[in-house]
Amino acid sequence: MDIIYTIWLRNMKRYIRSKSRIIGSVSMPLFFLLFLGFGLNSVVQIPGMDENYIVFLIPGMIAMSVLFTSVFSGIQIIWDKQFGFLKETLVAPVSRLEIMLGQTAGGATTAFIQGVIILVISLFIGLNSQSITGFLIAFGFMALIGIAFTAFGIAIASRMDDMTGFQLIMNFVVFPIFGLSGALFPISSLPPAIVPITLLDPLTYGVEGIRYGLTGVSQINPLVCLAVLGGFTIAITIIGAYLFRTIKS
Amino acid sequence: MTVAIHVDHLTRKFNDLVAVNDISFEIEQGEIFGLLGPNGAGKTTTLAMLSTMLKPTSGSATVNGMDIEHNEDGVRKSIGIVFQDQSLDEELTAWENMDFHGRLYRIPGDIRNQRITELLNLVELENRKDDIVKTFSGGMRRRLEIARGLLHRPAVLFLDEPTLGLDPQTRNHLWQYIATLNKEHGITIILTTHYMEEADRLCNRIAIIDHGKIIALDTPVNLKNGMGGDVVTLKSSDPSAIVAALNEPWVSRIEQHDGQVIISLKNAEQHVGTIVTLLNRDKIAIESILIHKPTLEDVFLSFTGKTIREEEADGKANMRMYQKMMRR
Repeated sequence: MDIIYTIWLRNMKRYIRSKSRIIGSVSMPLFFLLFLGFGLNSVVQIPGMDENYIVFLIPGMIAMSVLFTSVFSGIQIIWDKQFGFLKETLVAPVSRLEIMLGQTAGGATTAFIQGVIILVISLFIGLNSQSITGFLIAFGFMALIGIAFTAFGIAIASRMDDMTGFQLIMNFVVFPIFGLSGALFPISSLPPAIVPITLLDPLTYGVEGIRYGLTGVSQINPLVCLAVLGGFTIAITIIGAYLFRTIKS
Repeated sequence: MTVAIHVDHLTRKFNDLVAVNDISFEIEQGEIFGLLGPNGAGKTTTLAMLSTMLKPTSGSATVNGMDIEHNEDGVRKSIGIVFQDQSLDEELTAWENMDFHGRLYRIPGDIRNQRITELLNLVELENRKDDIVKTFSGGMRRRLEIARGLLHRPAVLFLDEPTLGLDPQTRNHLWQYIATLNKEHGITIILTTHYMEEADRLCNRIAIIDHGKIIALDTPVNLKNGMGGDVVTLKSSDPSAIVAALNEPWVSRIEQHDGQVIISLKNAEQHVGTIVTLLNRDKIAIESILIHKPTLEDVFLSFTGKTIREEEADGKANMRMYQKMMRR
């Protein structure tokens, strides 16, 4: 536990010091929220939902913020590799599993905080939730997304030598995960042929779970969301730990 | 004397490339032991195996009595390492880098803080302890890394090219630190270097390593004495003629290399007159003549037939290959 804490602590210190990164990764979901939200608010009517489009969009943007931050945090191991710091941890008398779990905890925490920042901003632009339980449900799903996708990032980083493949991963893996998740539009509005694909996307369940917590409405039963996302988180953490075990410095 | 490191027929291959080829040696406790050789000779691969970062292809080794393959954690706890490439977190302060290391090695809080203060004092970084490492010079970073490597009180300290890329003044300073650590704290040190001067000045014993093999192993004095007293270096446009002309009993060894003739002999000052006379008789022009005590450079040349710089040119291509393969 102390080793996991040590590595988590290092991640926190680095996070707090990287002001530009904090602002940078808040800005994209925020722009989406403002431009898409306010721009489409009057033209888009979500079927079966009384609220504005912007309220529909908020859970999606929170999930997006957590997703991007966590994948990036996981992939950051490549930087540690390139700057040599990874060797320092790998040669210490600690297990690879502890290092991986510490890194996951650190990445998930930063991603969670980024999500909370978007959530707090959302309170000022139309989110109108009074339920404490609702917030706790949303927090729970944000934490799960954070853990799952940090582990996902670590799994990728364990198989990459440098950052050259990073853009490729972003364009062909992370953006589709985001786009298919129902963050921007309701799953039910999609052509029936595409619906099954969105249901294969683990983030869909995260977005729906957060949406249930914050707006009280979701298209997928929140318990199903919890089961699927929880299962995915456990599976990907095991895969990440397995791949990290054989990482070369 | 107790054995700190015992290496037995250690071999490491990367596909077809034999990076370390069947080496065996022993290091005693309290020694400063040098692995001297050009880049790409297999020094770093050897250290990587001894520090459990890389599995040997065959052979075995023990560090502080523990097997490098079967007791990885035991070995890791008992060694400190300063890598060839920097391995600090540049975004953290000097103190935080030390603290992170102390926690990784599970040193309790109060002892940890006390030791960090002590060690930062030792490497004269105490007044910069709260500065981010990004702002440190190369020499400061190296010192911090050495301090960090000592935090968990290792019995053996591994230094991989400790002064690579540092200016001469900082290098001198670091040599003093290393010598002090060894003398006052009794730490066994194994270092790799391709600087002759560094090996000569610091090490009790030196293993000269080339193409993955140890080609000579002895104290620096014995290695140099093995050259036979003195060295006379002659420069000439016709080096082969010189070799032919100086077929005399007092010449213990004569080699021709890169437009130069290197003659090993005893009492060079008595024979230099004869050398000039002989060459004049054969009408061989001498561009320059130099008498000196043998250096490790001469030792290296006599064992490998090349200077370390020439070996390096060959070695670099190999080294890039290793690095690529080691990442796989």
